[in-house]
Parts: sequence; C-alpha cells; structure tokens
Amino acid sequence: MSVLAVVCALLVVLPLILVLFYLLKMGVSSLNWNFFTKLPEPAGVDGGGMANAIVGTLELMGLALVMGVPIGLLGGIYLSEYGSEKTNTWIRFGADVLNGVPSIVWGLIGFTLVVAPMGGYSAFAGGLVLACIMVPLVLRTTEEVLVLVPTSYREAGMALGIPRWKITFNIVLRTAAKGIVTGVLLALGRIAGETAPLLFTALGTTLWNTSLKDPIAALPLQIYNYAISPYPDQNRQAWAGALVLILMVFLLSASVRIVSSRRKK
Amino acid sequence: MNSVITNQPFVMSDPAKPVTESVPVHPTAPAPSPSPAAATPVPQQEIAFDIQDLSIFYGSHQAVKNVTMHIPSGSVTSIIGPSGCGKSTALRALNRMHELTPGARHTGKILMKGQDLYGPGVDATVVRRRVGMVFQKSNPFPTLTIAENVLVGLRLNGVRDKTFLNKRLEESLRMAALWDEVKDHLNRPGTGLSGGQQQRLCIARALAVRPEILLMDEPCSALDPIATAKVEELIHALKSQYTVVIVTHNMQQAARVSEKTAFFYMGKLIEYGPTEQIFMNPKDPQTEAYVSGRFG
Repeated sequence: MSVLAVVCALLVVLPLILVLFYLLKMGVSSLNWNFFTKLPEPAGVDGGGMANAIVGTLELMGLALVMGVPIGLLGGIYLSEYGSEKTNTWIRFGADVLNGVPSIVWGLIGFTLVVAPMGGYSAFAGGLVLACIMVPLVLRTTEEVLVLVPTSYREAGMALGIPRWKITFNIVLRTAAKGIVTGVLLALGRIAGETAPLLFTALGTTLWNTSLKDPIAALPLQIYNYAISPYPDQNRQAWAGALVLILMVFLLSASVRIVSSRRKK
Repeated sequence: MNSVITNQPFVMSDPAKPVTESVPVHPTAPAPSPSPAAATPVPQQEIAFDIQDLSIFYGSHQAVKNVTMHIPSGSVTSIIGPSGCGKSTALRALNRMHELTPGARHTGKILMKGQDLYGPGVDATVVRRRVGMVFQKSNPFPTLTIAENVLVGLRLNGVRDKTFLNKRLEESLRMAALWDEVKDHLNRPGTGLSGGQQQRLCIARALAVRPEILLMDEPCSALDPIATAKVEELIHALKSQYTVVIVTHNMQQAARVSEKTAFFYMGKLIEYGPTEQIFMNPKDPQTEAYVSGRFG
C-alpha cells in the first residue's frame, strides 16, 4: 500500500518534470538577448523577440492587481469582521461560483461588456477581466487568514478604546499580512497564464503598448499565435515564451514560499 | 504641556462631565475635585459603578440575574464565584465589552460616576477609554514591539507627540513594574517576553491610555506563583490611583488584594461586603460553603 502511495506521489511530480524538461529542451535554444529586448519580426522573418509580450504580461498583472486586490481585500475584511452569517453565506457562495466560471466565459463577458462598448480591444479590458478572476481568490484567502487572527487581539484593541476600523487595519490586517500577501501572489500566478480571457479583450499586438485603450501583447497570447504558426522559427520562439512564462510563475511561487516561511524577527 | 496632547479625549477625563464629551485636561493635573453642585456633604468614598438591577442575556440564556451593587472608587473590588457564575459577564458589562458577543443584551442600568453607561448617545469606544481591561490570557499584539504595544492605544487615537509618548511609555511600564526588565530592549517583539511579563505588558498597555478604572478578568490564571505575586503587588500599588475591579477564581487572591468582595453564584449576586467579612464571617450559607471550599 505504501509503495502504491509513493508511486502515486511520484506520478504527481512527473508531469511537472516532463513539462520543465521539454520546455528547456525546445525553448532554451531560442532564449537569447534579442528574445528579451526585441519586438517580434513579421511572419517569415527569423529573429526578433517577445519583449513587448513579457512587459505586456507584467503590465496586465499589474492592472489586475490594482483593480482586483482592493476589492477582494475589502470584501474579505467584510466577511471576516463585519458581515452577518446570513449575508456571508450568500457572498461566499457567489465568490465560489465566480471562481468556477470558465476563463473563456470571462473572455466573452469582457468582450460584450467592455470591449464592445469601448469600441475596441484594450489593455484596460484585459486587466479588468483578469482582475475579475482574481477577486474571488483574494476574497476567500483574505477571509480565511483574517478568521485565524485570534479574537483576543480585537478585544484587546476594543478595550483600549480604539475605533473598530483602526483595529481592523492596524492590528488585524497587520497580523494576517503574510497570509494575505501569499494569497495575492498565488492569485497572480493563476492569472499570469490565462489565455482565453485575453483573446477577447487584450487581443495581442506585435507593437509596444502605449495606451490602456490600445491592444496589448501578452506571453500566453504570443505563445498561442506562434505555436499555430507555419514558420519553424516562430514555433521555436513559442517554446521559449512558454519557458519564460513558466519561470515567471515559478518565481511567484518561490516568493510565496519565502514570504510564508519567513520567521518573525 | 502642549496642545497636541491636551486635545486628546482620553488623556484624562473629568468624571463630572458626560462620557460623550471630549474633555481636555492636563495629563498631570490633580484629580478633579467634586463639582460645586455636590457641595453638600461629600461622600466618604465616591461610587465608581452604581449597578442597578442588571441582567445580561446571551440569546435566551440569562448569564447575570438582577444584580444590584455599588463599586467604590479608589479601591480594589473582587468578584469571586465558580465557573459559569456570570462574574466575567458582569465585569465585561462595565466597559460594554459584552456587547461584542453576538446576541448579547441587557436590562437594568449601570451608572459610572453618575453617568449612564448605556444612555442614548454614549459611545462605547469612549467608555472603553475610561474603563480599561486586562484579560485572562495575555494578548500583546504579535506584530508590535514592546514599546509599540504600550503606546498603541495612544497612537491609534492620534497622539503623535514623541516626547509625550516616550514619557508615557516609561511611566506606564514603571507602573506595571516592567520597566527595569525591558528598558534595554523596547524594540523587541512583545510576544518574546515570558508569560508573566506579557501580562504586565498588557497592564502597561491598558494603563497607557490613563483609564479611570481598570477591569481585570482573571489576570493571573495563566501565570505561575511568582508572576502572580508580581501582578498582585502591582494591583496593590495601582489602588492609590485607580479603581480596580478584578474577577478571580483564586479566593486567596481575592482575600489578598481586595477591600470588597462580591460572591456570584448561578448568575446572582449572593453576597457583597468587605472582603474580611465575606471570608471570615459570611452571612449567606452558600457564600460560606464556597469560601470554605465545599463547592466550586
């Protein structure tokens, strides 16, 4: 029985090893200075890079962070500190359903509610849709870690005559900060690789993005376009892009581990 | 001293003024004398809490039943009784902490120095600045240093004056008999202290906002005998400046620290009188059974 468990445990890691091995094998040869600094070349021309897509992905993640985290955070605070049991049940249920919405559906909704009324694909629409995916994740992790903060800290604050909201922001939130940062980083890792929602909102471009109202490139989109391209050089670059994307997610996960294992001074 | 401090409502409040008002008083000002309106015979001992027919319910459960008692100011009053007798609930009603429990409600009245604690327009936050509390389990804030823990009540209420804060920090830690032990590492986390030190840190934190009354909910129940002795000494020392109400499981402790003792049983106030009388010569057979160790 324990042998079976060991085998299954190895089977869990096996795909990761395969993915990493294959990405390294196929992608590393195309990784060079140009890849990180150059714009894509027109189809058929060898060379060029994914600089705009790498920056675009970071920009989209930043937009999602700015739009999604405050909502998720404040919502989580409401659930943990203020909400009644009845409203909380409904909000949690809503968040869980949102969490289960397929990303392609988010793309369609983003197209209908943002892209169409604004008259074009845009970085803003992409960031907004990614933010929507982040909100329920941040909401639930925030609530979970805030509930873990012992009531005795809140009581101690109340007994000092400190207003409730100051206790929440200066004491409770500070105590739970590590858990919240971990939750936000995990949510960022989740949206970093989202492709379907961006197909309908950010669209992708071979140029630098200069305005939130213009389409923006992103690694997952570029990988998608290059992977189905008939030109071998673009196929190779798709592998390299996938390798870079996975390394970005890996870096996020590593920083999660660093944050959550860092001990108090 | 300066205007930054004196416009803080909690530095020291005048008992003659309503709880809802911010009363700027010089922090080192002498204790306010009785208002001229009450020029007629000044009572020997002022009443800190006038509790009238207080009942407290959690949902349908009645934790405190029709309690009426006067708690004198400038002395230590202890509340004793077996577990679940409502003594902690009664204590928490004195600074409106019981309201934080969902489903809690009360009937009856509590007057604090003549002011209805639950009157219309009375802000619970302001009440709690005047009536501090120390809890059973020491609970210093884990993200704050020793100094930050002591000063958090002032800082989060807007006091910024550094000289004043430093002065208050030392005063409060001295009052809590902790200064000598921590003065060299005020910037270490408060949770790094020993259990007894943490509890005295919590007392210093409560004293830093200069409440008029200090409530203590079994402050020594998690401490070893040496740490307990230190906290008891501290309670003795505080008596000259503060009204202290202490809930305790430990009858010897009640006998050692308090002038008056109230015995609670099944939510009712069974007997209340001078500590000596409660322990040596109780009038009620239930009190006698409890203090002589026959139940509880």
